[in-house]
Amino acid sequence: METIKRYYHNYLKRKKAKDFTPNVKKSRRSFWGNVILGLFLLAMGFTFFFPVIYMVSNSFKPMNELFRFPPKLIVNKPTTNNYQDFVNILANTVVPVTRSLFNSLFVVVIGSVGHIVLASLCAYPLAKYKFPGSAFLNQLIVYSLMFNASVTAIHNFLTISKLGMLDTQWSIIIPGFASTLGLYLMKNFMEQIPDSLMEAAQIDGAGYVRIHFTIVMPVVKPALVTAFIMVFQAFWTNTGGSFIYTEAQKGFAYVVSQLAAGKVTGVGASYAGISSASSVVMFAVPLVVFLIMQNNVVSTMATSGMKE
Amino acid sequence: MAANKISFKRRAELTLRDMKRSIPLYIMIAPFMLLFFVFVVYPVLRAVWFSFTDYNVLEKANFVGLRNYQKLFLEDKTFITAIKNTFIIAVIVGPGGYILSFLLAWMINELPHKIGTVLTVIFYAPSMAGTAVISVFTMIFSNDSNGYLNSILRNLGITDEAILWLSDSDVVMVVVILASLWMSMGVGFLSFVAGVKGVDDAQYEAGAIDGIRNRWQELWYVTLPNMKPQLLFGAVTTITSSLSVGSIGDSLVGFPSPNYATHTIVNHLNDYGNIRMEMGYASAIAVILFLIMILCNMLIQKLLRKVGT
Repeated sequence: METIKRYYHNYLKRKKAKDFTPNVKKSRRSFWGNVILGLFLLAMGFTFFFPVIYMVSNSFKPMNELFRFPPKLIVNKPTTNNYQDFVNILANTVVPVTRSLFNSLFVVVIGSVGHIVLASLCAYPLAKYKFPGSAFLNQLIVYSLMFNASVTAIHNFLTISKLGMLDTQWSIIIPGFASTLGLYLMKNFMEQIPDSLMEAAQIDGAGYVRIHFTIVMPVVKPALVTAFIMVFQAFWTNTGGSFIYTEAQKGFAYVVSQLAAGKVTGVGASYAGISSASSVVMFAVPLVVFLIMQNNVVSTMATSGMKE
Repeated sequence: MAANKISFKRRAELTLRDMKRSIPLYIMIAPFMLLFFVFVVYPVLRAVWFSFTDYNVLEKANFVGLRNYQKLFLEDKTFITAIKNTFIIAVIVGPGGYILSFLLAWMINELPHKIGTVLTVIFYAPSMAGTAVISVFTMIFSNDSNGYLNSILRNLGITDEAILWLSDSDVVMVVVILASLWMSMGVGFLSFVAGVKGVDDAQYEAGAIDGIRNRWQELWYVTLPNMKPQLLFGAVTTITSSLSVGSIGDSLVGFPSPNYATHTIVNHLNDYGNIRMEMGYASAIAVILFLIMILCNMLIQKLLRKVGT
């Protein structure tokens, strides 16, 4: 184990040393090239962020501005009333909102972490070793991404019902583990890890599982982070569908979706403000996770210099 | 015959030996694979079987052979429209979104880390917000003569009358394509961002020594060949998402769309699967969509092999 660690740390050191040398590596950047890139990114950034600005701005609009036509992009007289109403309504739901929040937290944490561990454990052998059946499984994983989920949902429902998991959080978590998109992403990144790195560890007597957790996972951290964001979002926005029908078992996404539809207490127009506030709240949670995670990718860049 | 038999026996022995040697690997992939087969492969196989039956979810399925497929291609005119619309959307949104997300990821990498992170979030935000912010499109493309785009066009003197962006069957397609493009910076984009960052600096140094003069050459000869796994991943996600456009059209122009102008294969599938409960027919549609995606994937993989040569 000591040798693996040394091997790994030497890589890190070499890479870090390089980071502190003056930046001479890249080919010449022309001034006009930079200007064009900058302007293009600025224009694109605005185009892509415009709807989000509108959504956030909407949530601060008082009622008369929300129904103004044509609508204004930026709010005139911002108010936090929508958010206050949102909190007030949540404070008075039949099932305490803390319960829904806990349900969501449970699903998101167990589901995301479990998916990353299980899928990465599976991705590593498939990416780096050839064994009977590996080529077939690799193909199967790619193809599995291409089948429309709405016709398979019924069969999953029957399976889950037979397993007795209906109306529990496990009906969301367990099938969510088997999402192949994250697995495929991690597998593709793992293919780039040099064999020499793993051979060194193998000579040292480390087993596959140990290599996986001490070497493979740290090296493909950018992919793990990306997969985590994907799976987090999927679990966070899952309303339970037909798998969970008891109110007390449902998650926060369900509560918010009902609010947005104006179904809980009022109908239509009077809930437009609350609805816009709730979509910002639903959006903000994955956004924060994303920012934290993405920042992590940057700081682990030092480890990614060991590709061949 | 005898030689064949021996070689077969020998092959079986070798395979068995390889399998025995790989037992730890099998154990590693077992938990995920178990779930994968139960919750992904099994339902797909069931759905393929049901595509040959008449199944309404409640009653027992009757085997009808190729009847569903026959009906799809020979009798269902709406399905032919749906295939046509899906291809129009996919041909623009697929390559467009793919190239745009790669270029943006690459440009982001040219910037300092902090700014790059913020921009990554900005570009990914629409995919994260999902259909919650699609309302902004109904605002811009409002049918009303005082709507955003209509009033701009009128003030510029380009049009006299309001264009019914969300109802006129001649133009709704434009709106759906624009909205789909805008939502196309998804997971493929994220994997590009991570992939570009992961290209080893030594490669760039070597490239500079080998006579690469500007960033465009660097992109083609160094960055792209070093990102093949990510490019492949991006291609698969692009194919699946651009050929399954459907919900965007639903929330923008309604279902069914005016004159079936933006009716896609997925719309058709949901119509039969979730509304009419003709699960056998819907499964047949899913199988056809699946085959189309596999064909596209083979094509794209061939193209991607040429990258950086």
